[in-house]
Amino acid sequence: MALLFDGAEWDFQTLDAIHRACEDIAVGEFGLQVYPNQIEVITSEQMLDAYSSNGLPLMYSHWSFGKRFARDEALYRQGYQGLAYEIVINSSPCISYIMEENTATLQTLVIAHACFGHNHFFRNNYLFRQWTDAEAILGYLAFAKAYVAECEERQGRAAVERILDAAHALRPQGIHRYPKRRWRLAEEAERRRVRHEHAEVNYDPLMRTVPGFRIGQAAPEARQQLESEARARLRLPEENLLYFCEKHSPRLAGWERELIRIVRVLAQYFYPQAQTKVANEGCATFCHYEIMTRLHETGQISDGALLEFLHSHSSVILQPDLLDERFAGWNPYALGFAIMRDLARVAREPDEEDRAWFPAFAGNGDPWGVLRDVWANYRDEGLIRQFLGPKVMRSFRMVHLADRTADPDYCINDIHDEEGYRRIASLLADQYEPATLAPLIEVADVDLFGSRTLKLVHQSHRGARLDGDLAKKTLQHMQVLWGYRVCLQEHDADTGRVLTEYASA
Amino acid sequence: MVIVDRRANPQGKSLANRQRFLERVRGDVKRAVADTIARRRIADVDSGEEVRVRVDGTEEPGFATTPEGEHDYVLPGPGTLNRGDRIRKPQGGSGRGQGRKAGRGSGEDPFEFTLTREEFLNYFLDELELPRLARTSVMQDKLSKPQRAGISIYGYPSALDVRRTMRNSLARRIALRRPDLGTLEAVQARVAAAREAGDEDALAQAEAHLAQLRQRMARIPYVDPIDVRYARHERRPVPATEAVMFCLMDVSGSMTEHMKDLAKRFFMLLHLFLGRRYDRVHVVFIRHTERAAEVDEDTFFRSRETGGTLVSSALDVMLAVQRARFPRDRFNLYVAQASDGDNDSADRARVTYLMDEHILPIVRYFAYVETGGERGAFPHHAGRRTTELWDTYDSLSPEHEQLAMRRLNDSAAVWGVLADLFAKSGAAAA
Repeated sequence: MALLFDGAEWDFQTLDAIHRACEDIAVGEFGLQVYPNQIEVITSEQMLDAYSSNGLPLMYSHWSFGKRFARDEALYRQGYQGLAYEIVINSSPCISYIMEENTATLQTLVIAHACFGHNHFFRNNYLFRQWTDAEAILGYLAFAKAYVAECEERQGRAAVERILDAAHALRPQGIHRYPKRRWRLAEEAERRRVRHEHAEVNYDPLMRTVPGFRIGQAAPEARQQLESEARARLRLPEENLLYFCEKHSPRLAGWERELIRIVRVLAQYFYPQAQTKVANEGCATFCHYEIMTRLHETGQISDGALLEFLHSHSSVILQPDLLDERFAGWNPYALGFAIMRDLARVAREPDEEDRAWFPAFAGNGDPWGVLRDVWANYRDEGLIRQFLGPKVMRSFRMVHLADRTADPDYCINDIHDEEGYRRIASLLADQYEPATLAPLIEVADVDLFGSRTLKLVHQSHRGARLDGDLAKKTLQHMQVLWGYRVCLQEHDADTGRVLTEYASA
Repeated sequence: MVIVDRRANPQGKSLANRQRFLERVRGDVKRAVADTIARRRIADVDSGEEVRVRVDGTEEPGFATTPEGEHDYVLPGPGTLNRGDRIRKPQGGSGRGQGRKAGRGSGEDPFEFTLTREEFLNYFLDELELPRLARTSVMQDKLSKPQRAGISIYGYPSALDVRRTMRNSLARRIALRRPDLGTLEAVQARVAAAREAGDEDALAQAEAHLAQLRQRMARIPYVDPIDVRYARHERRPVPATEAVMFCLMDVSGSMTEHMKDLAKRFFMLLHLFLGRRYDRVHVVFIRHTERAAEVDEDTFFRSRETGGTLVSSALDVMLAVQRARFPRDRFNLYVAQASDGDNDSADRARVTYLMDEHILPIVRYFAYVETGGERGAFPHHAGRRTTELWDTYDSLSPEHEQLAMRRLNDSAAVWGVLADLFAKSGAAAA
């Protein structure tokens, strides 16, 4: 077949041809299922822009995004930080930003990686299907931006920032970890409108003058009864702090609850991404590798382009070891790619070891079928627990490092050998457990008819403690949302003993 | 599939966020701007050089755990480690992350970013509380005015250069021998004469000649597009003149650092303003105690001298420099003087004479600022409410409108000194 391009130059016809060639391979040969693609060519400044708003094409205004932009720009200008070749958004159509500076080879790589790899993952992985609403996210972002702007106009910027700052601080604790129902983003704006109308229709200033029931005057038994009823309505404990404030805070105005909800919706939108870094990047990296190889085999890219691609590819999947100066934790691209490649190999040409480890699909001759199943049904933790094979553990020479506060040294407890494989796979999977992404903090109790103090609890597992300084500052933000004093206890998860107590001022 | 070219989209999408962020770190930015002002030369106040702001005041807290407790990590090894091997923990917590999420959320590293020229000037002018109108006249790019710049073959009809076009047309007509009306009429007369005479031969000949002339006239146009010329205009900055700004300052012991800082801001603002109006602004620094000397900028602001105070000495030096290097027909002269108001009372007569006779008549503007102490306390001389120099100038000011006087004790008041000047220039520009 003819070359898609020659040299580094590209134009829009080239992009179109590249996309078609990749589509033939990805969809036709590999059986990937993708949302329609939308490729947007942007400049480096626009890429920095996109960075500052978590890669979303639209975002409400807030100073913290300006701060991120200023910092990223400074780092980029001083050469400490390169820019990504692409950013891809989980939406339908799936939007991929690609930089104008990229060479034709890089654009091919980016299209294969983002427009097919990530796109397939977004469309098929159960977490994304369960949690995000790809058709509606762009519309929702437009609604959020307009709504925040409207609030700023009506209430003043300071009042809006006060709520947003506080909500941002609690973002990691603003997530439902167990799905109740799928979030329909398209209905959000409608829901708000209906609520507003309801309030307007039922506005009755006369009702306010009717003397209310004073809890203080009730008999002690009746009072206790009332209190337990009210408490039952709160459904404690509640781990989603933002949700709790939005629903139950006694002080917030309607628009303030709405702002919290916006922050919460966006935090939830990113929740699947945090849990599927290895699987998602592994999927995308494996796809681009296979697509590029096929393009070269079928004579659509030149030897030079293949070498250029391999150069970028190998720097993307570089994984320094723990004694290396450059070591900064796991590289999800490297780990994901290694696992995916290993699975494809096991499906094609397994050896004895593989048959023992992966009896279900070893040698079934359908690598893409196996991988599509993995991509659709697992997040990082499950992927590693079930599909991390001994070959991959050996190739990374994985070790288990124990870190105990009392011990001045790190201790190597396990290495990649017969005895250690199972434990290593399971410990590495634990490392990707979503519970470790952010400290788990729950609303435990509220003093409903007294000081209205909110009581939070952090369960300390295996001696993990909260940073006291930050905790106090965050509680201050929580108090803004709750409206009254907030205190936080740390409990030892095993003994239930109270370790520390913090409170907002 | 859709490909969208977003490159042409409006830039600066995050500008609103940037402004919000700048407001957040206003304190840091102000400090950085003040540092820069202290470091910069007066003439560089609006140069393109970067202003770096170091930020450490914007925390975004969140719950986070400390490294304490029991942790198990599975990490890529070098292949040389075995069970029971021990690795020393890095001292001081951070350093090599060992798989630990490097302090997520916990007190982010301070970082530096760069202010644009406009942002810097805005902060600088903000502090001086410059009114909006004056601000635009300082911030705007150089004024320019169209000027004739030769001729062009393209242009708009109103710029048509008729004389040149007609000259080209005439030259072309002569060169191509386009018959003029006279020739045509002569031949027509010949035709008529031949017809009257009944001379068939002559008539045929004359008619043929006439037809030939007509054809030639039709083929060669009277005005051809290649004849057309337009006047060309270029935008040239105005006014293309030079100015000189004399900075006079009393450096005797009674001038504190705060006073000098105020004076510097005042000089900077004046320079900024003059820089907008003139192509080149020369700055001359003259400092004085009882003797005066022309010095460079560093010496002017940094070094300190002791001695009495004779203002006339500075005026003498200024006049000498002006006569030697800045003839008044080529330069617009501006004088900015900063002092704490001290002067020897015996000097009063000479100051009055110099100002009245020699200086005020030739300068466009003489701005005098009297700098006070930090809490607004002016150095009062026993029993006197005003200072010696203030009195001296005050007596001159009714006859000379180019003399402006102000007392300064904080930077917001600097603008007031130049207010009259701006007001005047605004009126002149309108």
